[in-house]
Amino acid sequence: MTPKRVGWAAVALGILAFFVAVPPLTVRSPIVVIVLAALAMAAGSYAVTAGEKRIGWGGIVAGLVGLVGGYAATQSGVANLERVVVWGALGAATLRYATPLIFGAVGGLFSERSGVVNIALEGMMLMGAFFGAWGADMTGSWILGLVIAVVAGSAFAAIHALFAISFRADQIVSGTALNLLAVGITGYLYVQVYGDLGTPDDLPSVPNVSLPIDWLPLFGDVFGDLNLLVWLALAAVLVTWIVVFRTPTGLRLRSAGENPLAAETAGLNVVRTRYYAVMASGGLAALGGAFLSIGFLHTFTQNMTAGRGFIALAALIFGRWKPGLALAATLLFGFGSALASRLPVFSPSGAVLFQALPYVLTLIAVTGLIGRSVPPLALGRPLPRS
Amino acid sequence: MSALPDDELPPNMTVASRAAVYLRSGGFVAPLITVLVAFLAGGLVVLATGHNPIETYQAIFKGTGFNWVFPWLSEDDRTIAALALQQTLITTTPLILTGLAVAFAFRCGLFNIGGQGQYIVGSILAVWVGSSFDGMPALLHIVVAILAGILSGAAWAGIAGLLKAVTGTNEVITTIMLNWIAIWVGVWLFGLGGPLQNDDPTRVDVPVSNDVLAGAKLPVFWGDAQLQGLHIGIFIALAALVVFWVLLNRTTLGYEVRAVGFSPDAAEASGINVRRNYILVMAICGAFAGLGGALDVMGWQFRIATNDIPANQLAFFGIAVALLGRNTAIGTLLGALLFAGLINGTSTRNLDPSVFEPQLATNLTYMIQGLVVLLISTDVLVVYLLRLRRRRRTQAVAA
Repeated sequence: MTPKRVGWAAVALGILAFFVAVPPLTVRSPIVVIVLAALAMAAGSYAVTAGEKRIGWGGIVAGLVGLVGGYAATQSGVANLERVVVWGALGAATLRYATPLIFGAVGGLFSERSGVVNIALEGMMLMGAFFGAWGADMTGSWILGLVIAVVAGSAFAAIHALFAISFRADQIVSGTALNLLAVGITGYLYVQVYGDLGTPDDLPSVPNVSLPIDWLPLFGDVFGDLNLLVWLALAAVLVTWIVVFRTPTGLRLRSAGENPLAAETAGLNVVRTRYYAVMASGGLAALGGAFLSIGFLHTFTQNMTAGRGFIALAALIFGRWKPGLALAATLLFGFGSALASRLPVFSPSGAVLFQALPYVLTLIAVTGLIGRSVPPLALGRPLPRS
Repeated sequence: MSALPDDELPPNMTVASRAAVYLRSGGFVAPLITVLVAFLAGGLVVLATGHNPIETYQAIFKGTGFNWVFPWLSEDDRTIAALALQQTLITTTPLILTGLAVAFAFRCGLFNIGGQGQYIVGSILAVWVGSSFDGMPALLHIVVAILAGILSGAAWAGIAGLLKAVTGTNEVITTIMLNWIAIWVGVWLFGLGGPLQNDDPTRVDVPVSNDVLAGAKLPVFWGDAQLQGLHIGIFIALAALVVFWVLLNRTTLGYEVRAVGFSPDAAEASGINVRRNYILVMAICGAFAGLGGALDVMGWQFRIATNDIPANQLAFFGIAVALLGRNTAIGTLLGALLFAGLINGTSTRNLDPSVFEPQLATNLTYMIQGLVVLLISTDVLVVYLLRLRRRRRTQAVAA
């Protein structure tokens, strides 16, 4: 076996250590969990010493997580476990929690791949959340609500583009400004339009897609009755991958983010490319916000995105600016949230800590312990004036 | 030549060095114009939504309590103004400190968005020390609680500095992540069943910390202690401003910090340990922000409720304060006064609701703050003014 395979085996063993302890297997003996996790960490260490650092460390971390999670599971009651770990419901909840993050991460990918830092995802999402709800309420149609959300998000992103690209502002400062501005604008309009009553109860909402797959054991529960926007989010990942990595447009986009001067010399209009990328980013992030307001919660509240834009950014970085990996990261973070929302059954306080998990993982990822996340080369640099 | 126009700036400048160039060129005129434009834009929003902007701003100004300094005020009005001004100065205290936390990093070419996390960690440790150790002498208790806030803030920010120094990780990303970790850890600590939730049997269902003991509360020197009078924290914040100025302008460390801010490569080449500077600077920034958190819980909040942890926006105001103040001591003070005035002038407690709804006004504050940061982010106005002056000068030479 090559060290790389050993590393992958380590990851699998780590996951297995957790998996055996929860339903349907529900092994009650902590010894099994400890042995499996120890094997995972040993295999991971071997892979690290053999030079496969990235996957090896991944195996060690998976072993640790499996040990903690699995051991905790063997120590809690079977009835509680069966209430918390219902895989079908967990899977559907994971996708629901991941959807705004997917839209945000994919949106951020466009902007950052073109060389413009986008920490304003949070603000763009918030704009989408308000204008989605407002548009749906005004027009009486969720489709127009989504359209208005996308337009508002793109227009808002255009401000970021104007300052970051044309005025060559510091992109982090202008992104911060946009986040603050979004809180002010949406809060002001919300109070002005809806006052103390809040959004109406009959807010048009994005429908669910019912598939006739109830008879499938696990898939039926997970995919049978998902919101339309969940499917759109998954489609957005695929489309993004094709556009950014398999088309000439995507090549231009990436070259603007890697070496803008060379791209400019080759005849590409870097400024225009970056404008489009940032505005696409705003539109996509806004869809994520609209999912919160008219797909999931059916209301708008002030500052309702509550840091999801930053988790999306974290997922993008954790996923190394690649659509597939970013999707995996959002699903991991979504799973954390789904688990956290069910855990209060027997440990209300511990569940809260799960919310911090995405940020801890990202912190570890960016420091280069589990492979280095390397950003696009020209990220954050304005095009030099000629 | 007193000022470099934007086109002649060397490439790949750090944020700090760019800011420094503008600082030499724009003086205090540019921030003034920025604020004016932001207020004008805010006024237009007020007007567009069917309210009277002049009356609104008048009411907000009255809510700040700054009118207390006017000698022609009647005795009754002065009493009301004093109450409002005490509130404004209570808010000024943490704003100075979160502003310094951003400004000091900027001078070293670092962007510290982590003020929020550092403030939270500082307030958590201070509330824990302040509510424990019953029977400790009052002065000692205060000192220990403040030190706990300072050191924990420094340690929290030090993580970001260490990662920057050792692995070169961008401090913007790490400080954002550390903010959210601090938020959730705080919610966990004081939440229902959390390890630091209050041990009062009548408040089992309330996710709030224990109260700070009487001996660890900061003394109130202006106004009624029962009505949230002004505590002595404002003097500690003013002292921090002096420390900031001395540290930056009169010590070797400050010289190195500014050198690294202008150009890390040049600093490294001339024998400055850049990595050590990154760690030290972030730790000092965290100390400022952590002190802010400690002063707030010991001065007027006296406890931490889980709801308040993510809702706290003071550190983001700190970014606006530092940028508006051009990362200088005096500028930070003025910026903190401005935003503290805005926050309190638009608060439910101080704004006359018959003129303008406080909920709207609070959001107006966020908008003005966002606009200020946005306009400063590029210094459009400065560059424009510079060009104008330069054109005039060349015309004068030609004539």
